[in-house]
Amino acid sequence: MNVYPVRAIYMAEMMRTRRTLLQSVVSPVISTSLYFVVFGAAIGSRIDEIGGVSYGAFIVPGLIMLMLLTQSVSNASFGIFFPKFSGSIYELLSAPISFLEIVIGYVGAAATKSVVLGLIILATARLFVPMEVAHPVWMLLFLLLTAVTFSMLGFIIGIWADGFDKLQLVPLLVITPLTFLGGSFYSIDMLPPFWQGVTLFNPVVYLVSGFRWSFYGISDVSMVASLAMILLFLLVCLATIAWIFRTGYRLKP
Amino acid sequence: MSDSIIRIEGLSKTFAGGFQALRQVDLSIQRGEIFALLGPNGAGKTTLISAVCGLVSPTQGTVWVDGFDNVKAYRAARERIGLVPQELTNEAFETVWNTVSFSRGLFGKPPNPKHIERVLRSLTLWEKRNNRLITLSGGMKRRVLIAKALSHEPRILFLDEPTAGVDVELRREMWNVVRELRDQGVTIILTTHYIEEAEEMADRIGVINHGEIVLVEEKNVLIEKLGRKQLTVQLFEPLEALPPELATFALIQNEAGDELIYSYESAIQKAGDGGISALLGALNKAGVGVKDLHTRQSSLEDIFVDLVKERA
Ligand SMILES: Nc1ncnc2c1ncn2[C@@H]1O[C@H](COP(=O)(O)OP(=O)(O)OP(=O)(O)O)[C@@H](O)[C@H]1O
Ligand SMILES: [Mg+2]
Repeated sequence: MNVYPVRAIYMAEMMRTRRTLLQSVVSPVISTSLYFVVFGAAIGSRIDEIGGVSYGAFIVPGLIMLMLLTQSVSNASFGIFFPKFSGSIYELLSAPISFLEIVIGYVGAAATKSVVLGLIILATARLFVPMEVAHPVWMLLFLLLTAVTFSMLGFIIGIWADGFDKLQLVPLLVITPLTFLGGSFYSIDMLPPFWQGVTLFNPVVYLVSGFRWSFYGISDVSMVASLAMILLFLLVCLATIAWIFRTGYRLKP
Repeated sequence: MSDSIIRIEGLSKTFAGGFQALRQVDLSIQRGEIFALLGPNGAGKTTLISAVCGLVSPTQGTVWVDGFDNVKAYRAARERIGLVPQELTNEAFETVWNTVSFSRGLFGKPPNPKHIERVLRSLTLWEKRNNRLITLSGGMKRRVLIAKALSHEPRILFLDEPTAGVDVELRREMWNVVRELRDQGVTIILTTHYIEEAEEMADRIGVINHGEIVLVEEKNVLIEKLGRKQLTVQLFEPLEALPPELATFALIQNEAGDELIYSYESAIQKAGDGGISALLGALNKAGVGVKDLHTRQSSLEDIFVDLVKERA
């Protein structure tokens, strides 16, 4: 493991973030604020408390997750898609570096950005609803693991995509529905029993539930199941990336 | 070969569509030489370079770089190589300085602003170091790619058509940069469509066509071995038919009949028919009035065109 390539990739990616600061930080913050205004204040005031938590506060972890997932995927996928698209990926492929170094550089940068964004959204949320975080360390851990895992997923999508349309397809068709149906805005025991069972096949349910547990100590599924699920996801993504670099899938003719 | 820095053995590449771009290529590059790889469009030059640098997975064969297998020991192999690709590819919004420094880091080297400065100056990019790449001209962008390849002090430099789209003056400057690198011990492999460039720069020349190496030779030997000299004899009066005295010479007459073209070996000078002096003597004897004479040595370009045509 050599630190220089990792640092070079990481810094270059962070620099790219700085160039696109407005779209990468400001727009998610604005859209989250809108969610709070609509769901938290306008509609939320007519919804009962869930598990002793006001509805406005209840949706905070889910909203952060929603942003975390979509931002991680889109940042990381764009980060690797662009060099592939422009051809400058030749340098990455001819460099004396292992896939792990490439992943740490790209995914590390995308995840850093997502975590910072998550914290900014959390701070924004506190302006709308008063709340406390019960288990801050677990909260950060969930935040970090989710950001890393979904940045890896984004990285895979960026390599797989051979056009801008596909780059947007997965977040739009997969991530957003899974998150909306993943208990961001409701507790899954508000669903009919059949749909509660179906929901358990949605990985995002575990993320949102675990994350919410770190805030309020309430969860849909056990916290251990949540953690195990994220770790499983992380390993699957890592193995996929290792396979991609070993076979040159969509990277090398 | 004793001191080859790159050894390619049995390298083949068949692309996913079934197209075979490389066929059993064997090639050794000598340490410290400038090797020019020539071949028509689509011959497989870029594919060959890509396979050595790890951009294309070969279907068959092995490449050793300074003794290291470029797949099994890819780190050791790749850190020795700098690659300047044929296509202009750039991160448009980066500055020259950042992108060149990035390349150095990517190849595992600690930062060294002094070295980056040297490289940028040698390529006359120093003034542009804070410019974004998008604001540079095509020739400058190509030089940035060269700077990136040199940023990590490679021992081997691949230049895939380095001077395409570069103006004449700059081309000469780049040749000088390449020679300086060679003097520092860097091995250089370049592809080019400007034969003049190969003639000017290369120590050895390889010709590839349809994915096969059809020839590898020292440049000088190549020119001597294949190079023919031509003597053109301009006559005062057109000849209706060749006089019998000239029958033994392999002469070609132009259409007007007032020029005779005589080809002979430049190096060997012992043409079976007696060479130039015999021809001139025969002309004299036949009473053919000679207006003017000129000779021409065929260039590498002629040789190249012949080779590729022959094997097509
Ligand atoms: N990714 C690919 N998939 C399929 N065929 C390819 C691919 N890359 C190159 N080829 C084919 O392989 C052949 C060799 O291409 P290559 O780029 O090596 O040629 P070249 O000698 O560099 O030509 P040029 O002088 O035009 O640069 C061409 O016929 C090309 O169409
Ligand atoms: Mg080419």
